[in-house]
Amino acid sequence: MSANDLAVVWAGIIALAVFAYVVMDGFDLGIGILFPIFAVGDERDQAMNSIAPVWDGNETWLVLGGGGLLAAFPLAYAIILPATYPLMIAMLLGLVFRGVAFEFRWRDAEHRRYWDAAFTLGSVIAAAAQGITLGAVLKGIRVAHNAYAGGWLDWLSPFSLLTGASIVLGYALLGATWLVWKTEGGAQQHARRMALRLGALTLIAMVAVSVATPFLQYDYWRRWFTLPNVFLTAQVPLLVIIAAGVFFWSLRRGAERLPFLMVLALFLLNFIGLGVSVFPYLVPREVTIWDAAAPVRSQEFMLVGAAIIVPIIIGYTAWAYWVFRGKAGTHGYH
Amino acid sequence: MFDSLNAVVLARAQFGFTVSFHFIFPAFSIGLASYLLVLEALWLKTGKALYLDLFMYWLKIFAVAFGMGVVSGIVMSYQFGTNWSVYSQKVGPIIGPLMAYEVLTAFFLEAGFLGVMLFGMSKVGKSLHFFATCMVALGTLISATWIISANSWMQTPTGFAINSSGQFVPSGAWSTILFNPSFPYRLVHTVIGAYLTTALAVGAVGAWHLRRNRHDPYARTMFSMAMWMAALVAPMQILAGDTQGLNTLHYQPAKVLAMEGDYDRNPHGAPLILFGMPSNADATVRDAVEIPRLGSLVLLHDPNAALPGLKDFPRDQWPPVPIVFWSFRIMVALGMSMLALGVWSLVARARGRLFEWHWLHRAAILMGPSGFVAVIAGWVTTEVGRQPYTVYGQLLTAESHSPLAAPAVAASLVAFVVVYFAVFGAGTTYILRMMNRVPEAREREPAHVPQHAAGITPAPGINR
Repeated sequence: MSANDLAVVWAGIIALAVFAYVVMDGFDLGIGILFPIFAVGDERDQAMNSIAPVWDGNETWLVLGGGGLLAAFPLAYAIILPATYPLMIAMLLGLVFRGVAFEFRWRDAEHRRYWDAAFTLGSVIAAAAQGITLGAVLKGIRVAHNAYAGGWLDWLSPFSLLTGASIVLGYALLGATWLVWKTEGGAQQHARRMALRLGALTLIAMVAVSVATPFLQYDYWRRWFTLPNVFLTAQVPLLVIIAAGVFFWSLRRGAERLPFLMVLALFLLNFIGLGVSVFPYLVPREVTIWDAAAPVRSQEFMLVGAAIIVPIIIGYTAWAYWVFRGKAGTHGYH
Repeated sequence: MFDSLNAVVLARAQFGFTVSFHFIFPAFSIGLASYLLVLEALWLKTGKALYLDLFMYWLKIFAVAFGMGVVSGIVMSYQFGTNWSVYSQKVGPIIGPLMAYEVLTAFFLEAGFLGVMLFGMSKVGKSLHFFATCMVALGTLISATWIISANSWMQTPTGFAINSSGQFVPSGAWSTILFNPSFPYRLVHTVIGAYLTTALAVGAVGAWHLRRNRHDPYARTMFSMAMWMAALVAPMQILAGDTQGLNTLHYQPAKVLAMEGDYDRNPHGAPLILFGMPSNADATVRDAVEIPRLGSLVLLHDPNAALPGLKDFPRDQWPPVPIVFWSFRIMVALGMSMLALGVWSLVARARGRLFEWHWLHRAAILMGPSGFVAVIAGWVTTEVGRQPYTVYGQLLTAESHSPLAAPAVAASLVAFVVVYFAVFGAGTTYILRMMNRVPEAREREPAHVPQHAAGITPAPGINR
């Protein structure tokens, strides 16, 4: 395999890890975001139980994404992380808080209110930090001599705040539709109502981000709207419209699983759209995957491990979700 | 200049803080995983329910410690980029794969076997469950191996070349990098340290319950096992530390001289400085209490051997001597106390007073946290002793950091300190609470914690 192909393979692995993280931790962060809206007691316990067996498996994809980026594309890792320093720290602290809140809320009934608040706060902070990071990277990072060359608040812009809000809404929508699937009775009806509203809000946010993105840099515009690209790229918004249509239709018709799957489809389409905008750049207009790639010997060495272990992880994850396929209930999965 | 210096110092403080906090949990879970393995093996071999009850008792504590290790570990995989971006960019091609393997191993372990170990006893049968326990214990050791290899490479780098963009890239076989000269010594010293730490914690819990009821069979078993471990492993650890010291003297002499406080060269045998106030500014140890020639005897195994001094090295290659000097002494003093406790327990055992000697139990309780302090002190010694380099002799710390602004790092440092003390303080409280509970017959997961989530958990095991 040539060095160029190897870099593409690694970009694929990391993209997979990031997407797996976004959709899987997305729905459990979403439940954290929506948590204060749920009624204390039954509704909260059902929501918590529905994600308890899977959340930290979900989160480990984030470690794989970060570790993989350092190992395969050290230059990109070394530019993006300092550029988004306060966001990364906020995200990590948010994840610490919500991770332990999960555990401690059961161990310490007296202080459950506080751990529930920590769960929500941590989830909102982590989601917003991830969304703002996305916006900051899309908007562009100042690079000079292979290093970040901006200040520590460069990531802050109206566009990055817009993407931050969009991700919070999107994760909340994932969480709500997950609950439609996993709960029953009053909790499910509540989740369904939330999903309708969040669906509308998320679509508005998506449109806003999609409209704003091509105006950030001419390159984005060129990729989406010039001939003949437009014939291919136009399929993405077309599919978004279809997925959104099915989403609302299925939600109103009382379907339990389809709304969640349609939201996954929306996330996937957004992710593909992101790929269209930036590939092969890791830091838009500055650093490509080939600029940032670690030497072939390093990428090869890791590929052996990844090729064996990543499929096993995927298989095991799929199996675990299969095991927990029923409704969550208030005392755990039936 | 002043600003950038401040940001580097703050970044180091932050990294040191988060990594020290993180390491407490793996130090415990490495040892505890092996202890659980032994308990389950004893249960399978003897069929005594006592061992199963102890297994279940410690399993709950293990779950919380492991969970906190995972959570604080996520932070570490991003700290390299946030605080040490130049280091990450330059050293990524070598350190990155080692860390990626560590992540993959931990991931695999977590996804695969931890859930079975925690919740699957009734689900998968005894032998498969035991297999899962073995894999978790093995996994913690493999994880440690990768990360110690990466750390050791920073201390004694081998098998690399520097390419046109200033990156460290592998030049020979990966095995040269993995098995760098200090790796075996450091691995042995660290793993034994984890075992000893766990033994002392288990021993303290045993002693705590013996103080309440010295006929309690659980307390007796825990205490006896832990004291055997302390008596056998403490001397091994001292030996392992000694050989690592010799290795360090060979590859990083300035570090050892800083540990010893030897500023001046000693052509005719160096003394061993017991205490004193080292000062880099005056290049001397004030008020030193020393034993002549013992330093050379310990380090070179010859009382008259010549030993260089820090003054033989350029001033800008000295590590911060006072920190290294004192952290080393804390570690050694605790190590000697552990040995003393182990010997005391042997005497008590020989006289048949192991479960009756109150002062021994008090001492064991006092020594309960000593392993954690000792491993942190040991890491401070070796990591601060590596200064002023991140990659020893190759890359300066002052050239490794991210382009950071001091206010950003200061704010995040404060945030880390506050959050960690709140969150992990609560976690430690819960662990202590669990330890305070007396082990019972037919020990299980409490019914109201059905949804514990460390790992992807195979279903119904958790629902009782």
